[in-house]
Amino acid sequence: MNIDLTEEELSFREEVRAFLKEKLPADLSRKTLNGLHMEKEDYVRWQKILHEQGWAAVNWPVEHGGTGWTPTQKYIWANECAVAGAPDVIPFGMKMVAPVIYTYGNEEQKQRFLPDILASNVWWCQGYSEPNAGSDLASLKTSAVRDGDHYVVNGTKTWTTLGHYADWIFCLVRTGGPDVKNQEAISFLLIDMNDPGISVSPIITLDGHREVNEVFFDNVRVPVENRIGEEGKGWTYAKVLLTHERTGIARVANSKQRLGQLKRLAAETADGAGSLLDNLAFAQKIVDVELELLALEYTELRALASVSTGKAPGPESSILKIKGTEVAQLIDELFVEAAGNYSMPFVKDQFAPGFDGEPVGPGTAANAAPRYFNNRKASIYGGSNEIQKNIICKAVLGL
Amino acid sequence: MNFSYSEEQQMLQDSVSKFIQQDYDFDTRRKITESPRGFSEENWNLFAELGWLMVPFSEGDGGLGGSATDLIVVMEEFGKGMLVEPFLATAVLGGGLIAECGNDSQKEELLAFIMGGELQLAFAFTEPESRYELNNVTVTAERRGDEFIVNGAKSVVLNGEAADKLLVAVRTSGEQRDRDGISLLLIDAEARGVRRRGYATVDGQRAAEISLDNVSVPAACLLGEEGKALPGIEKVIDRATLAICAEAVGAMAVTLAKTVEYTKTRKQFGVPISKFQALQHRMADMFIEVEQGRSILYMAAMQMDANGGVAQRAVSAAKSRIGAAARKVGQEAVQIHGGIGVTDELDVGHFFKRLTTFQFQFGSTDMHKLRFLNGESSAA
Repeated sequence: MNIDLTEEELSFREEVRAFLKEKLPADLSRKTLNGLHMEKEDYVRWQKILHEQGWAAVNWPVEHGGTGWTPTQKYIWANECAVAGAPDVIPFGMKMVAPVIYTYGNEEQKQRFLPDILASNVWWCQGYSEPNAGSDLASLKTSAVRDGDHYVVNGTKTWTTLGHYADWIFCLVRTGGPDVKNQEAISFLLIDMNDPGISVSPIITLDGHREVNEVFFDNVRVPVENRIGEEGKGWTYAKVLLTHERTGIARVANSKQRLGQLKRLAAETADGAGSLLDNLAFAQKIVDVELELLALEYTELRALASVSTGKAPGPESSILKIKGTEVAQLIDELFVEAAGNYSMPFVKDQFAPGFDGEPVGPGTAANAAPRYFNNRKASIYGGSNEIQKNIICKAVLGL
Repeated sequence: MNFSYSEEQQMLQDSVSKFIQQDYDFDTRRKITESPRGFSEENWNLFAELGWLMVPFSEGDGGLGGSATDLIVVMEEFGKGMLVEPFLATAVLGGGLIAECGNDSQKEELLAFIMGGELQLAFAFTEPESRYELNNVTVTAERRGDEFIVNGAKSVVLNGEAADKLLVAVRTSGEQRDRDGISLLLIDAEARGVRRRGYATVDGQRAAEISLDNVSVPAACLLGEEGKALPGIEKVIDRATLAICAEAVGAMAVTLAKTVEYTKTRKQFGVPISKFQALQHRMADMFIEVEQGRSILYMAAMQMDANGGVAQRAVSAAKSRIGAAARKVGQEAVQIHGGIGVTDELDVGHFFKRLTTFQFQFGSTDMHKLRFLNGESSAA
């Protein structure tokens, strides 16, 4: 057992560091490291820089413009990006729909959609959840009824993250009748957000921001050629890809970076005669998170090592989403505690671009609570942590 | 990067695992714990024959290499059977101290007998008031000519009764909690003035209260430099701590597996209780604890091997996190088993006992949490 990097991996890390140092815009890294609100343009700017370098599609196969990196290289990349404060790559095009297209799509679909995703010319959003289909996603009701060369789509999708930026949406829709088994009644459709009959309405989350939306489909006509793969197989496609790519799902590197920030903040925050870090009750909470994160880091490395040797991810990989989100949320919560009285003010504007007034509170203290509120979503999305436990029970414990 | 065991480690694991599965079932263990000596001589000789007693020692000392990873391989399998033979006391602690602090002639005189299964040892370091502080030593050793005269009491000494020789942490100078002034003496267990009161521990092991009343010990039995024993003791205790962390991970894995199996056979309300989500999620949580524990164990073992056997903070990280896991897994296993879980008859309750004593052995979960915390500030 060892966690040593090879010579090649070490020099790859140097290359990554040099790239980030030279190409990562300072304003983007400042926003990322402080958890400030990002605009559409911010994300696109960074993704285009990555595209120029040929590093936009970390997980794609080389033939479609991916990096062809090994699992260890991807791990190094994620680590260095977190340390440097590189913005997250918006996953909907790059990580979610593209793998479905290059795995199950036809040649024409690959040529039509993949280049624009790679170059970040087109913004995608995800149409999975519905008001009455959350954890029980397969019970979704949005219908697609065949009419000649088109499907006529009716229904509502919700929790559509950054749907108001999106040019296209990929949807799971019901093409089978009520007598067809759920898992065989669902198809995978790509839909142009400019099509007549689509409307988007905002959902404001606890941090006061518009991040998610409801998307309504009212007799939207979608060409049959926009269906990926076979009719009725959509559920299978979506599911295969959900379990397929787990690298980085634990966000260990981001949490490590955040925890370091929290410790520095606590050391600078006065608490009685000393600092908050001298407060044993608070310090112990930090240690608890730190130990959990340390264990999680090695759980992720174990999963990575097993994938690197060509094996399927072991049972330890099912832990990554649960523990990764729990740790991140604990850190968010400790930032609120560290902010003390300044966890209360809610002055949205002071973190927006162009604000030139007098800020309330030190640093980004006033942003701690909104960020904590917002990130309660992490243990709910992507298959809630309870659903993840069901998966452990079924797939690992055989219950 | 690689988390696989080497071929030799794999073979070692297979051989210990086979022994535990075939020759160390719960009834066998019970008979052993109830025997006068509390462990099986026959097993001990077998361990020597199979070379397992050589695992903790370096090749230079005549052992198999002595890496931390080798050690956790063996200890995890031992933990799966709640093995009570005094591997930890004799080979890891006693042998470890001799290898770490002894001079060449002491090593030559003793190590081969340990590895050959002919010598039983115990490390007497805790005292009635020391709790988990290794520097808290009141047993005195006064130099008189070619001898030390030793007085005082040691408590809860693992394998204290069966040991042929005792390694005793004594104070040769300084105050009760000084780091300097602690020495290590090798004392014949039958020497005049040594009194041992042996007993069983709640988890099926054996230990003893030991009092030393004007025991005269030849100066040649001093291990290492007079007054400078603490760093060596700390290093060996850290190694032993890592060893029981591995033992606990093994015990937790079995406890979980037994709990899962039990819920599949136990029926209530007309269905196996494994169908109840209230129980399923608790078992998923137990699984997470076991795997997080295993991860942090590997981290600590790798750190120790990478840093020449020194890995204080990493060991404390592992002990603290695995201690929390052991508490949860042990308690939940009993709860999910229901009434049968609190009986002496079933093994699950005994795993719970071992997972409980583990939490307080070589420092509690909280002590190690604080040691991890303070280790950072002293490093900074």
